[in-house]
Amino acid sequence: MAELEGIYTIWLRETKRFFRYKSRIVTSVVTPLLWLIIFGTGLGAAVRFGATAGGYKAFIYPGIVGQTILFTSIFSGLSVIMDRQYGFLKEILVAPISRPAIVMGKALGISTAAVIQATILLLLSFIVGVSMSPLVFISAMIVSLIMSVGLGGLGLVIAAFTDSMEGFNLIMSFIVLPMFLLSGALFPITGLPSWLQAAVYVNPLTYGVDALRSIILNQSALPLGIDVLAIIIFALIMIFVAALLFSKKEQSLM
Amino acid sequence: MSLIIETENITKKYDDFTAVNSINLKVPKNSVYGVLGPNGAGKTTLISMLCTILKPTMGTGRVNGYDILKQAKEVRESIGIVFQSRALDDILTGREHLEMHASLYGVSHDVRQDRIDEVLDLIALGKKADEYVKTYSGGMKRRLEIGRGLIHHPKVLFLDEPTLGLDPQTRESIWEYIKNLNQAQDLTVLLTTHYMEEADKLCDEVAIINQGQIITADSPKNLKRELKADTITINVDSPQEFVEKIQGLEFIKDAFLMDGEVKLLVEMGENLIPAVVEFASQEGFPIKSVELDHPSLEDVFIKFTGSKISSEGK
Repeated sequence: MAELEGIYTIWLRETKRFFRYKSRIVTSVVTPLLWLIIFGTGLGAAVRFGATAGGYKAFIYPGIVGQTILFTSIFSGLSVIMDRQYGFLKEILVAPISRPAIVMGKALGISTAAVIQATILLLLSFIVGVSMSPLVFISAMIVSLIMSVGLGGLGLVIAAFTDSMEGFNLIMSFIVLPMFLLSGALFPITGLPSWLQAAVYVNPLTYGVDALRSIILNQSALPLGIDVLAIIIFALIMIFVAALLFSKKEQSLM
Repeated sequence: MSLIIETENITKKYDDFTAVNSINLKVPKNSVYGVLGPNGAGKTTLISMLCTILKPTMGTGRVNGYDILKQAKEVRESIGIVFQSRALDDILTGREHLEMHASLYGVSHDVRQDRIDEVLDLIALGKKADEYVKTYSGGMKRRLEIGRGLIHHPKVLFLDEPTLGLDPQTRESIWEYIKNLNQAQDLTVLLTTHYMEEADKLCDEVAIINQGQIITADSPKNLKRELKADTITINVDSPQEFVEKIQGLEFIKDAFLMDGEVKLLVEMGENLIPAVVEFASQEGFPIKSVELDHPSLEDVFIKFTGSKISSEGK
């Protein structure tokens, strides 16, 4: 009971912060729209993309939803670094609640933010000419939720090893951007050179994007069941590792 | 007299640097206890270990009857902590900080609202309670942090340099606030400070620490009395001759000239002023002014360490 309340309390704070930084919500919707409208239209005009009804723009749409979830989740996870710098993490870590409860609360708070942003994008599907039934919409939201728990957990894991926001550029260049580019968000993952293929398949985001594409466009490289299983396992591992790190590294986090 | 905090040779080492060296701290229940020492003396390390944030290298301690190593959760439930650095979220309101803390510390729902109102009353944030913390002044932030530490009715409140960086006026009001708290509630306050005045005015008992070790511990009054050194400062004509004359008196421990004024080191100076004045007029030295200074804790610190507390500890 106390644990549940602890999780709720941490979640509530994350969610309040999300809604109070209005500029973050705006940019998180504008950036993917720029990708869809400018990049999608621009490249779409240059390449012939017969496989998907709606063309290239429609093809990258699930990928851009995945990208939004990736960016929001990782960066929200990294907010722990800010909490540490501003001292607020101490207030949380010194409280008599378990470390896994703290990690769960954080991860759920992160997912809430990510799912809200994904939902906004899903509501804007008409922009790329994709129509959605309520079932498709809800399935896509569920997949977004699972993806964001895992990616948020990854953000927390990275944060546990990062002392200051100066590491931000490194994380951007070496983790976030490669994950995005290697996820099949922007190109089909079948028929790639084998080195690239391998890199794509070790990337957890690939399975999330493939699942979204399977649900929204009814086309995918892998069966939906495999995709969903992969992102569930990824989420469980990340939460477990983050909880472990927060317990073990407690002293150095404060 | 029962003790609420007790440590046994508690020690913290970082590689070859010993931050806290075998400290035996004894804090009586319901007192305001000060740990006084220069920056780098090991004050924060000591209370971090008592708060179970940091594991001692050797030794252990008990807080509110719970072992800091084996019963960390119980210790955390019995204490409130105000860290030296701010631990507030800019974009939450004061009230939200209190609500959050109450639920993290498992304050039951039926008394939660009362406690929050009570604390808000106490810390006098007024309308600001529902504004974001980023609009608060330094003193308000400090009061909010202290109030937050009290929401779950802890037995011990740890304050790490509670008035660091505050202006003198705010400092005084925080002192008054801590005094009142200690008197009104069943609460022991352990604070660290490097301000002599703070330890002197606020604490029932003070442990002076330097280089990770307790040098001495007693009430500020006793510590100062032990020095047996009041200073009487006298302004007379021809001070040099006066010094030579008065040195002969039995109760004068030392007499010297400083900046053209005569300094006399004596014990219980307030009783000796008449004798000094009489002596001066008998010998034909008209006195222009007399001043009496009691020793400060700074003098105590200098006596034990040979250096000033305001200089960085080494």
